[in-house]
Amino acid sequence: MGQLLLGLINGSFYAVLSLGLAVIFGLLNIINFSHGAQYMMGAFVAWMLLNYLGIGYWPALVLAPLIVGATGIVLEKVALSRLYKLDHLYGLLLTFGIALIIQGLFRNYYGISGLPYQIPEALSGGQNLGFMFLPNYRAWIVVASVVVCFSTWFMIEKTRLGAYLRAATENPALVGAFGINVPRMITLTYGFGVALAAFAGVLAAPIYAVNPNMGADLIIVVFAVVVIGGMGSIMGAIVTGYGLGLIEGLTRVFYPEGSAVVIFVIMAIVLLIKPEGLFGRAA
Amino acid sequence: MFRKVALGSLALATMTAGPALAQDISIKLGVLNDRSGVYADLSGEGSVVAARMAVEDFGAADKGIKVEIVSADHQNKPDIASNIARQWYDADGVDAILDVPTSSAALAVAEITAQAGKVFLNSGAATTDLTGAQCQPTTIHWTYDTAALANGTGKAVTEAGGKKWFFLTADYAFGHALERDTTAVVTATGGEVVGQVNVPFPATDFSSFLLQAQGSGADVIGLANAGGDTVNAIKQASEFGITQAGQQLAALLMFVTDVHALGAETAQGLSLTEAFYWDQNDSTREWSARFEERQGAKPTMVQAGVYSSTMHYLRAVEAVGSSDSKEVVAKMKATEFDDPLFGKGYVRGDGRVIHDMFLFEVKKPADSTSEWDLYNQIAVISGEDAFLPMRDECDFTE
Repeated sequence: MGQLLLGLINGSFYAVLSLGLAVIFGLLNIINFSHGAQYMMGAFVAWMLLNYLGIGYWPALVLAPLIVGATGIVLEKVALSRLYKLDHLYGLLLTFGIALIIQGLFRNYYGISGLPYQIPEALSGGQNLGFMFLPNYRAWIVVASVVVCFSTWFMIEKTRLGAYLRAATENPALVGAFGINVPRMITLTYGFGVALAAFAGVLAAPIYAVNPNMGADLIIVVFAVVVIGGMGSIMGAIVTGYGLGLIEGLTRVFYPEGSAVVIFVIMAIVLLIKPEGLFGRAA
Repeated sequence: MFRKVALGSLALATMTAGPALAQDISIKLGVLNDRSGVYADLSGEGSVVAARMAVEDFGAADKGIKVEIVSADHQNKPDIASNIARQWYDADGVDAILDVPTSSAALAVAEITAQAGKVFLNSGAATTDLTGAQCQPTTIHWTYDTAALANGTGKAVTEAGGKKWFFLTADYAFGHALERDTTAVVTATGGEVVGQVNVPFPATDFSSFLLQAQGSGADVIGLANAGGDTVNAIKQASEFGITQAGQQLAALLMFVTDVHALGAETAQGLSLTEAFYWDQNDSTREWSARFEERQGAKPTMVQAGVYSSTMHYLRAVEAVGSSDSKEVVAKMKATEFDDPLFGKGYVRGDGRVIHDMFLFEVKKPADSTSEWDLYNQIAVISGEDAFLPMRDECDFTE
């Protein structure tokens, strides 16, 4: 029971991160390999805000995604926007290269060991649920991620803005003809996806080691989640994120040695049976 | 202070001024370690700085010994380490390779060094095999090994009442070796191991494994891992209230850079074993201050080990008056040292360097006066108690 809950908490990270990836891929057709680096930047910006400016966790939860999202917007304007006409592969290579550069820069200035970041006062301690001790902070992670995931899904699938976005990916020329600034919308979407990664980074800072490689360790798993869920499917990313967190949590109990590969085994099986992913539409 | 340093080096110079003054020897040292990965902070460029400081403090130039230092990144991979070592020995004329963290890479370099008839001064690696089953006549293992860590932390914690152990073991050679050596010490001290779990490496989330450890009823949770894994495990153990609930954490391999990354708030009360800490005495403080000026961080025991092993090597070169590997290694093994960083010690026949190890406890944040003021010294473990005795499996020793 306790282990299931822990799996769900890990699933929260997978869900928020794969959601960002899915939004970017679904609407921009860019495979954003710098997502892990942007997640790491979220955690580092939270640390910088605290140590250079004395800004605590709560404002950082809003500010860090904004700041990192802004760097994403610059990146999209300067580089990514030139690649839309080319094959997916170019976007993948570019973002991968950028991820390496960002990680290298942070490693150069902050070292590899990482930086300390404390759990905010209001969320330290925990509740004894009888079957396990649940730290307040973990409970907060689940709540925060569910809220963010649901609002994102709602915005894209149920609102007028989301409808514009989806229409713009189907037929940018036609949507543009209705007087909607499609390039700007795409830029903002990328910024939003990046901000989601940074948000997950801030959530992770108090409990995971804040170091330049923190994203690289996680991003491969998150890509597997997105592939299993179906590339570009918002709901797929969210549901598989939580689901795989649960499965991984169970594997940790019954066969811990296998917990690092279980997600990839599932990915292989899903690709064999349903290549478009569990929630993907066949291309 | 400057005068003291100058006096010190003068004294050193007069003490060690040996047979030949105007000799003309050229030496090339290669610092081979992790410059971009998980061990980059505890070895990396800092080890190169340490080697350079040793050459300067030794006053090599004044003694007619010309020393050149090269460095490379082995990315913690044995194949890359082997290629660089071969290139250095065969083509670039390197006389000795220094540092080499990551046990598998170190074992590969040890073998190549022996084949090439050069010298290997290891500081960064942990495996006892370097002076055991895979020992080489040209290997000198300076700073620490898994047995010394187990004899420090494992023994002290068990004697202090932590009888029942549960291990979180990084699922690769190093983690298993550390678990094996610590288990031996724990059972010999009257404790028992109630369980263990193999954690895939590297891991981000330890909560599930920590919960299993919590459910085992153990007194002590032994962390047989390193670097980011250890940091993650400790951070999350504190979050899950494991230590508050009465279980104790024992980090079996932890460097001062890891503790710095955690901060005293999270790491307080943790016991760990190291061979060197910057704030031990005047000479460690003086050297560490100079190191920090150049590198921007306090030195780790691995970097200190690079400094001291280079120093001992250069003294031997000066004494025998040549860079001949056999003679130099024989001289190093025949000469006891009194090192500013590691104190008194000697190099044993199998290449194991015997010096004191120290048991530290991480300070409470209230007692810590600066960012790097992190440890209280709890106990000194004499070199003979810390390291394994010579073993029959090492067969070149007479």
